[in-house]
Amino acid sequence: MSRHIEETQKMIDEVMEVYPEKTKKDRAKHVKANDPTGSCASCQVKSNVKSRPGVMTVRGCAFAGAKGVVWGPVKDQVTISHGPVGCGQYSWWSRRNYYNGKTGIDTFGTMHITTDFQEKDIVYGGDKGLDAALHELKELFPLSRGIGILSECPVGLIGDDIEAVSKRVAKEFEIPIVPVRCEGFRGVSQSLGHHIANDTIRDYILGKGKLEKTTPYDVNIIGDYNIGGDAWASRKILEEMGLRVVAQWTGDSTVNEIAIAHQSKLNLIHCYRSMNYICRHMEEAYGIPWVEFNFFGPTKIYESIRNIAARFDDRIKENAEKVIAKYKSVMDALIEEYRPRLEGKKVMLYVGGLRPRHTIGAYEDLGMEVVASGYEFGHNDDYRRTYPEMKEGAVIMDDATLYEMEEFTRRLKPDMVGSGIKEKYSYHKMGVPFRQMHSWDYSGPYHGFDGFPVFARDMDMTVNSPTWGLIRRKKSS
Amino acid sequence: MRQIAIYGKGGIGKSTTTQNTVAGLSEAGYKCMIVGCDPKADATRLILHKKAQATVMDLARERGSVEELEISEVLLEGFRGIKCAESGGPEPGVGCAGRGVITAINFLEENGAYGEDLDFVFYDVLGDVVCGGFAMPIREGKAKEIYIVTSGEMMAMYAANNISRGILKYAQAGGVRLGGLICNSRKTDKEYELISELAKRLNTQMIHFVPRENQVQRAELRRQTVIEYSPEHPQADEYRSLAKKIADNKNLVIPAPLSMDELEQLLMDFGILENEDAA
Repeated sequence: MSRHIEETQKMIDEVMEVYPEKTKKDRAKHVKANDPTGSCASCQVKSNVKSRPGVMTVRGCAFAGAKGVVWGPVKDQVTISHGPVGCGQYSWWSRRNYYNGKTGIDTFGTMHITTDFQEKDIVYGGDKGLDAALHELKELFPLSRGIGILSECPVGLIGDDIEAVSKRVAKEFEIPIVPVRCEGFRGVSQSLGHHIANDTIRDYILGKGKLEKTTPYDVNIIGDYNIGGDAWASRKILEEMGLRVVAQWTGDSTVNEIAIAHQSKLNLIHCYRSMNYICRHMEEAYGIPWVEFNFFGPTKIYESIRNIAARFDDRIKENAEKVIAKYKSVMDALIEEYRPRLEGKKVMLYVGGLRPRHTIGAYEDLGMEVVASGYEFGHNDDYRRTYPEMKEGAVIMDDATLYEMEEFTRRLKPDMVGSGIKEKYSYHKMGVPFRQMHSWDYSGPYHGFDGFPVFARDMDMTVNSPTWGLIRRKKSS
Repeated sequence: MRQIAIYGKGGIGKSTTTQNTVAGLSEAGYKCMIVGCDPKADATRLILHKKAQATVMDLARERGSVEELEISEVLLEGFRGIKCAESGGPEPGVGCAGRGVITAINFLEENGAYGEDLDFVFYDVLGDVVCGGFAMPIREGKAKEIYIVTSGEMMAMYAANNISRGILKYAQAGGVRLGGLICNSRKTDKEYELISELAKRLNTQMIHFVPRENQVQRAELRRQTVIEYSPEHPQADEYRSLAKKIADNKNLVIPAPLSMDELEQLLMDFGILENEDAA
């Protein structure tokens, strides 16, 4: 074991020291010093298990994963939060999935629709109310191309048969009605909700449509939710390469895009965690290969462009080089501008799906170093993909607790922390520069050549804002 | 005020026994209330002389929420001023009847149904303690006394034993006690002895043996208790006797449920279940 790993491990052990014996033993398995080679057995992070009771976890639930992440952004589907009002209300468009269309007419992304369970719905069942809601929605929104029924906890508890309602009404309306059993009590985090949502895409929509004319250059963008316009920036690059983006899942996507995507030639996965399931299915059922890509920061963008192009003919490969050449000077100039202000700055990340590893390259392009990173709901395959991206001895944490994050912040003294809304204000109070890296803090896009200038600007103004110095820091920090 | 919950296997005669017993208590001068905790809502028909009264949940469903109800709409008076309420709930196979019981009892409590003048409140609870909702009547601050209606039939005894397990859980946490078994006779072999023995093993008593009598059916057809329909009939005296025993009962215990093996052994000892080896 190297000196870096040993030193970090010693610091982790110290942080764990305050925990009671059982908690310490459990949490120690989730926080490790990084070994980029992945060969150090004791450095493997344990993941995707139930959070330790008594600690503050920031994880979400299966409903959050299915409704908030995967199904919510499908723009011409009406998505019902089926159950009491809160689950839908508090997850109302919090991810800023941009889309084109006239909201309330042909698109419904920013609308909050719920069956608003009352006591009587629990006692007598919610199926009749659901049936009524579906009919009202069809009348209110005749241009909706589908309706998703996203189950909240009580629906599962009382055993409502939403599948039967969906089947009957789908026949009547002749549009897909998708019952999603994403009750929040299922699984250990939002991750199961992604999987459940993927399965319903497979069972209710995928393969049901027909793409009239196919080309050898048809690809799907999978797992880009168009936060702040991310998917549009990604799409632009692919189109400039000469590829045709058939479907964009699920940011700014339509029900039809989901139905016809099985006729594409290649799946490009951005967020592996939330949508690898459906890619594996399409590979098995339709023989469509998939490739992961990363459009954060020029280094990774160039790498990904070339990697994608390698799957196609010389025309695409040539185009790829042209695209890189076209943007390289702009990117270089940008780096030249921002790098001097950000060089050597340390970043700590604790986010979801893909960002704990995918954004590292973008920070490094700006001369910054990610000294700690972690996933709320990652699995072993996410961590395996993360080890090589980080320096030896960096901290990797799974399902981190608020205490651990504060403690690592004190010890590692990052110049910036990137995490979620639940962490944001405690960092503000600590006087530590912070960016909300789930929704890009009301900014974006961060993907692609369009996104990097925004990313660079945002990181600069976060790290170098004079505001932080005006916040009184506690003496202990 | 003594709050009493009546449990027992479905169809064993809980509602009939409860209403006849309450009629007996009422006749003896006690002020009583019956709270039906079963979506079938048939716990008060013999007292009110009607098919089914308006239930808390059915009205709440009609009006939109339970806050829209007046207590007078769901708390009715019947034979000898006995107060009657039904929780109501969904038809079988949908929704959550247990939640209905919780909501209804909360409503009755918050709206003063439990007046200080009451001597007895009886909860007539659906078949088995299948979930938290049906344990509502024996949670803290409610019924502290439970009677289980059973018969010499094997499944009724199984149910009685299972219910004792449920009571045990609440007895350890709170003050719930088992007051005894009520044997509602089905005229099975050695029924009196068998239930007496079961009661003994459960650490309780067979508080009364109610003989099988067609007069109960005759009264039921007229939506009346035996005490009201034929006060002179010997069966009316059986219920008066049960009522008196309950009123005087001081034998309240924490039950000692049997294991499955013990219960089967008991049935074998009485020749109800044949030993497989012997057969």
